[in-house]
Amino acid sequence: MPPLVEITGLTAAFDGVPALRGVDLSVERGEAVALVGESGCGKSVTWLAALGLLPGKARVGGSVRLDGAEILHAPAATLDAMRGGRIAMIFQDPASSLNPVHRIGRQITEALALHRGMTGTAAREEARRLLDRVGMPDARRRLDAYPHELSGGQNQRVMIAMALAGSPELLVADEPTTALDVTIQAQILELLAEIRRDTGMALVLISHDLGVVAETCERVCVMYAGRIVEETTAADLFAAPAHPYAAGLLAALPPIDGPRRPLAAIPGGVPEPWAMPPGCPYAPRCPRHVAGCDAAVPRLSTVAPAHRAACIRPLPEGTARELMRA
Amino acid sequence: MLRFLGLRLARALLTMVLVVTFAFIVLRLSGDPALLIMSADAPPEAIAAFRQAWGLNDPIWEQYLRYFAAIFRGDLGQSMRDGRPAIELVAERIPATLALTLPALAIKLGLGIPAGIYAALHRNSFADRAVMLLAVAGFTVPSFVLGLVLVLVFAVQLGWLPSGGQESWRHGVLPVLTLGIGGAAVLARFTRSAMLEVLGQPYMRTALAKGVPWARAVRRHALPNAAIPTVTIVGFMVGSLLAGAVVVESVFSWPGVGRLLVVAVANRDLAVVQCILLLVAATMVSANLVVDLLYGVLDPRLRSAPREATA
Amino acid sequence: MTGDEPLLHAQDLVRRYTMRRGMFGKPVEVRAVDGVSLTLRRGQTLGLVGESGCGKSTTGRMVLGLEVPDAGGVAFANERMPLPGTPEWRRLRARMTMVYQDPLGALDRRLDIGTQVAEPLEIHGIGTRADRPGRVEALLRGVGLRPDHARSFPHELSGGQRQRAVLARALATAPDLLVCDEPISALDVSIQAQVMNLLSEVQARTGVAMLFISHDLRAVRQMSHRVAVMYLGRVVEEGEPDDVLHAPAHPYSQALVSAIPHPGRRGGRIVLKGDPPNPAARPAGCAFHPRCAVAAAVCAREVPALKRRPSDGRLVACHVAQGDAAAGAGLPQIAMEAA
Repeated sequence: MPPLVEITGLTAAFDGVPALRGVDLSVERGEAVALVGESGCGKSVTWLAALGLLPGKARVGGSVRLDGAEILHAPAATLDAMRGGRIAMIFQDPASSLNPVHRIGRQITEALALHRGMTGTAAREEARRLLDRVGMPDARRRLDAYPHELSGGQNQRVMIAMALAGSPELLVADEPTTALDVTIQAQILELLAEIRRDTGMALVLISHDLGVVAETCERVCVMYAGRIVEETTAADLFAAPAHPYAAGLLAALPPIDGPRRPLAAIPGGVPEPWAMPPGCPYAPRCPRHVAGCDAAVPRLSTVAPAHRAACIRPLPEGTARELMRA
Repeated sequence: MLRFLGLRLARALLTMVLVVTFAFIVLRLSGDPALLIMSADAPPEAIAAFRQAWGLNDPIWEQYLRYFAAIFRGDLGQSMRDGRPAIELVAERIPATLALTLPALAIKLGLGIPAGIYAALHRNSFADRAVMLLAVAGFTVPSFVLGLVLVLVFAVQLGWLPSGGQESWRHGVLPVLTLGIGGAAVLARFTRSAMLEVLGQPYMRTALAKGVPWARAVRRHALPNAAIPTVTIVGFMVGSLLAGAVVVESVFSWPGVGRLLVVAVANRDLAVVQCILLLVAATMVSANLVVDLLYGVLDPRLRSAPREATA
Repeated sequence: MTGDEPLLHAQDLVRRYTMRRGMFGKPVEVRAVDGVSLTLRRGQTLGLVGESGCGKSTTGRMVLGLEVPDAGGVAFANERMPLPGTPEWRRLRARMTMVYQDPLGALDRRLDIGTQVAEPLEIHGIGTRADRPGRVEALLRGVGLRPDHARSFPHELSGGQRQRAVLARALATAPDLLVCDEPISALDVSIQAQVMNLLSEVQARTGVAMLFISHDLRAVRQMSHRVAVMYLGRVVEEGEPDDVLHAPAHPYSQALVSAIPHPGRRGGRIVLKGDPPNPAARPAGCAFHPRCAVAAAVCAREVPALKRRPSDGRLVACHVAQGDAAAGAGLPQIAMEAA
């Protein structure tokens, strides 16, 4: 059986400036995968491109298969049925992601009509049930509320209810908690985990926050400059990162215990998309940089069972800890 | 809600008082109606009698107060030229003006809004560039120039349509086109930018991500939001139904309110000018009021309070 | 804590706003800050944590004298804070400066970095015109920028570099106090570490005191000598960062700490019910009680005072943590969202 979603060699460019440089990623049924990286690394663009949600001027190439069937550049009707019906997506800023002039109930029933053919009272009742499901207090009354009358956390719940309306097999959550307060972030993550337990839905969590990722997902893909540079289990990534960038990100996180000392910051910044180094894009910032790094872009290759990294000098197991302490 | 309406009405009244006062001051200080109407070489006794009859010898503030008090009695005064009530003179010209401005408004809305939407949906396409080129042209060319060009082409060169007057519907075609094209251009530009703004909003992406087909997303999600800013400019156009045709009526010698205004100003025929200004201000102010109320209907955010408080 | 005088002392600061709800609404009084006292020592950092709407930024602006408290007062170096706009107040601008969350918004995009860093020197008449380029160069080097960055414009720099430029400008007058309002939250993880290191380095070098306002407990621990947790305009707990983080006393601090995302840890998180409360509809008694899992009956009636806990001397404002009330099972959620 093919994976639920299989992305191969996905590229995207805006006005000739590449944002994705060949992304390979697959999502199995029911699993939770994280896509982490800093702003501009392409983690959101990957999924917007896969679902055909990028603006028209974007040039997208490669292949995205859903259940073995190609969906990249598929006919509009196929994409409309797939979006929300099989793969749903929620976004970072829930307040501006909901239409300000439509009531909450109408925005949810619209999805119900599209994917489950429900209308009228039945749809409204189902919308109420969905709002209940995502923990919205006083769901029946909230059907008639407008987004601006709800808090950020409540709006994100509405987004999740709307995403659930089509009973999707995969939910792509793009920084779902970044715009929310810490305690509300905890509520939303808890809710996503609970829904997954109940429905068996697969989850892709796009986040810049390694902590959020670690608690929510089994598998993590780290992205840098438009490519996946490391892919492994969450536990492995935090215990033994292989790519120096992943190790650097972990080391840059202030610890919550132990002595306080200067953080092991990654020097410099992400290269501009129009001025990429010839070889490994991380080479200019990398403490393990050698001449060979500049020869070619390293391919994602296996460094341990179920652990791949795009690095010609991956960190041997155990050394990452040392690096983090340095 | 009542408080809000009361406030708006008070503001509207104040606007009209200011308009009337301003017109009185400018007109009375810029020329002597007696000399203008009677012609300068009329016998001095006749001019004096004219002054006496219209109270032009009284101190200016007295004339002002008298005029103002009359307005409150519903008396807008008489034309100094032919002694008929000003309101009558103006009222008989209104149908002619509306005969131009209403079809022109239909052109503005019917051409401008769809063109703007189309251009926004096909951004950077050939059609978008063409629409915007035309819009900028229509936007920058003054209506008297456009009117003259249309006359040159359709009346003088091709001889298809008459260049002026009001004898048949064919006389109306060129003035209506002149008015309509300019307004449509303004509206097209405005609608396009409102649409582009809305199309870039995250909620449009959300609509597509939940499987809403593109055409439906535009209709159900984009248009209602883009309508909010567009209503302002449409309101302005509705407000200028009476006054918007001054230049065009003069170019095409169309006997409407606008031409009456031009003649009345030239003669310092105060009552007539005041009457027109009052009428124009009233339509403008009521159109504005309607726009404000429409905002509330279109945008739920203006109906109730935001939840958030400042940190 | 004996001997050295505090650099800054804020006593019972209160700040109210009136907010109109919608076009037709009645004005409502909002207490953004409701009785906050803070003490800052030279060369030390006080971390101020809390969620949006808790009043931490308003507190920062009052401490700087940019906003006048409706009650209470601020003393800086034993002098009462002068009123905004007075010559004394203007002189104080050189001694206390600010770093904002959004470096691009804090910089003028039409002026180059060198001009903007030199600006405070000109305003406060520091040095001569001739030695200004040298000073600017030293300031830029001090924050890890190159001297040639002086000729760059804000849009030509990366986010981290812009924040460095903002910091260079804030340090130009060699201030005694630096208020940093969410200085790293707009930056990427790898850049956050750079900026935090830089702030610590600057403090070690210059002895500047800092008020570090953030919602990120990890960052606050990294940066601060003391930390105060705010909730709805009040400080609910204050102490050494490791004490507060490892053994939080207030139920709200406990929830905040447990919400820190933590690689390798799963579950065991306290998930608070409800939304961050609205300052315009402050619950009676302890403002936290509607979301609190251990609230007792008294919590809905009496506002707990911030005082030292008998057992370990921790400053905490909670009837239950103080042992004045037995832990309840939380109160039924009532009228959390009035209006």
